[in-house]
Amino acid sequence: MWTHSAGNPAELEVYSKIIDDFNASQDTYTVVEESFPQGAYNDAIVAAAAAGDLPCLLDMDGPIVPNWAWAEYIQPLDLPTSITDNLLPTAVGTYQDKIYAAGYWDAALSIFARKSVLDANGIRIPTIEEPWTVDEFDDALATLKAAGYETPLDIGAEDKGEWWSYAYSPMLQSAGGDLIDRDTMLTADGALNGPEAVTFFTWFQDAFANGWASNSGTIGNQEFNDDVVALSYTGVWNAMDSLEAAGDDLLILPPPDFGDGPKIGGGSWQWGISSTCDAAEGAREYLEFSFQDKYIAEFSDKQVVIPATAAAEELSANFGEGDPLRPFVELSQEFALARPATPAYPVISSTFEKAAKDIMSGADVQSTLDGAVQEIDTNISSNDGYGF
Amino acid sequence: MTTVTVSRLDRTEHQQRRRRRIFSYVALAFFAVVFLFPLVFMFVSSLKPDAQILTDARSLDAFLPVGDISLDNYRDVFDRVPVARFMLNSVLITTLIVLLGLVVNSMCGFALSRLEWKGRGAVLAVVIATLIVPFETIAIPMVYWVSKLPTLVFEGGVPKYDFGWLNTYQVQIIPFIANAFSIFLFTQYFSTIPKSLDEAARIDGAGWFTIYRKIVVPLAGPAFATVAILTFLPAWNSYLWPLMVVQEESLRPVMVGMQYFFQLNPAWGEVMAYTTLITLPVLIVFLSFQRAFVSSVAASGVKG
Repeated sequence: MWTHSAGNPAELEVYSKIIDDFNASQDTYTVVEESFPQGAYNDAIVAAAAAGDLPCLLDMDGPIVPNWAWAEYIQPLDLPTSITDNLLPTAVGTYQDKIYAAGYWDAALSIFARKSVLDANGIRIPTIEEPWTVDEFDDALATLKAAGYETPLDIGAEDKGEWWSYAYSPMLQSAGGDLIDRDTMLTADGALNGPEAVTFFTWFQDAFANGWASNSGTIGNQEFNDDVVALSYTGVWNAMDSLEAAGDDLLILPPPDFGDGPKIGGGSWQWGISSTCDAAEGAREYLEFSFQDKYIAEFSDKQVVIPATAAAEELSANFGEGDPLRPFVELSQEFALARPATPAYPVISSTFEKAAKDIMSGADVQSTLDGAVQEIDTNISSNDGYGF
Repeated sequence: MTTVTVSRLDRTEHQQRRRRRIFSYVALAFFAVVFLFPLVFMFVSSLKPDAQILTDARSLDAFLPVGDISLDNYRDVFDRVPVARFMLNSVLITTLIVLLGLVVNSMCGFALSRLEWKGRGAVLAVVIATLIVPFETIAIPMVYWVSKLPTLVFEGGVPKYDFGWLNTYQVQIIPFIANAFSIFLFTQYFSTIPKSLDEAARIDGAGWFTIYRKIVVPLAGPAFATVAILTFLPAWNSYLWPLMVVQEESLRPVMVGMQYFFQLNPAWGEVMAYTTLITLPVLIVFLSFQRAFVSSVAASGVKG
């Protein structure tokens, strides 16, 4: 069993416990865990697949599931529906209507703010029922900048890789655009370069041009914790530090509505079974064993992530009714949207990142998006539609 | 009158020389500081908590051991990563690549530069041509290839014939012993040693191996030092290859360990502590070979 969790002792501790319990519970199969560092994990999987050396059990980031299913690295999961039906929809990885992976948790993004700062500047506190409109959001940013915040919003643009699609494609979807036409999964034309996408990316470019956001910060949430920025677009994994820094003053707010309702990205790390596994029944038995609420709750507590089942939410220390991080559960339930379930996703994601960075740096919005669409469509057609 | 003029000229020349020297010292000091700053930043930051590193990065405090200074990051590094094991693996792998590489590549360079044989030029051309192939383009085929190589495994003390080098030390060492650049460098350097020495030795009854061992090798110290350093650095910094061919944590080298610190939020203090730990051997090796390295660069005109 391979995980991406090397260097993350909290997560590995839960895996060790599950594996020990499983190995002790029966004597037909033995699970042995090997962990890899996350930044290099996909490369290790691709190399192992080339050498025919994949393990039976492997975890993978949600959006990569369709690609690995299409490449036949993994097989349909075939876990009982009593397990998969209970999971958050974004904790299940599908390709061509079959389930290939399932995860113990999901993450969620939100806007962190301090109540005292919003009150002092006369800014309305948005709710799930009534989020900020984009005009309200613009006004809030302009007000906060005038109040002395050099860069009022930490939007996370100093980060790289999958973060860009995870964080900013939901904003594009909130504006009515998308990464690809989800009806056919065969073209990005109209979705990524239509009028809605142009409107969103013009806003995105202006946010940097107006000095509301910057790409020169540091990865993480330290600037918000130090009150250097007033708002931070960040994830549940940063919530405990910010709770410590801001205490009761911390607000966990929905992202703004760009016209089509707020959206946040869904789909985190999930487990699958390799196609070459010669003990697939044992792998399934292990996974069935591992999806117990007590383990899911423990992952949630140790990792500060949203548990994938309702029962585990109540067992967890942070995400049950009335718990401090409960707003993330509600945001996830209301606004989470999985990234497109297509094997083209890795290309879509890297192309999106490049285009968004170019636009951030001042490139012409329409022509940059047209170029991105052409790149994505060429890749899809050269792979015969990836099975669609 | 003449004496006075000469004396004035001397003084002017002396002043000019002094000015030049001061200028060169100032320039050298400036570049020394520029090159040292990243190392100072790395070491100083390794003693600070993450939040302070990010706050100090906005001022010159980034280079000063001020604020909340401790060795906590070093303790946390040892908690997160099996540092000693990774260091041991890297030392073993790097040492063997360097030592075996010096022997194999120098012998190859000797054969190409001093022995007369048909096709010598073509072989050298092919060796040099391989330099233009980026490793990344052949990495996946190489993984496939090494996964099919025959090997001996011992099961209950009984040797057994098997296939596959994945998850071993040898897969991290053997593919990197023969090195085209090292062969080229040895060939070039050996060509500068007069061939009359070989002829004299031949007359005295020496064979080619004796000439290689007793004449050419002792005269090629700077070339050996240069190759040692140029082989050491990529071997020590090796990342992509071990990542692809080694799944067991106990066999991983230090560079793969770097990625352990890049979780959702990088642990910057631990990153700096770990880089300090793994930079030390590189600095020690470079400083040990520095004189020979500079001498080789001057002698052969090769820039690393």
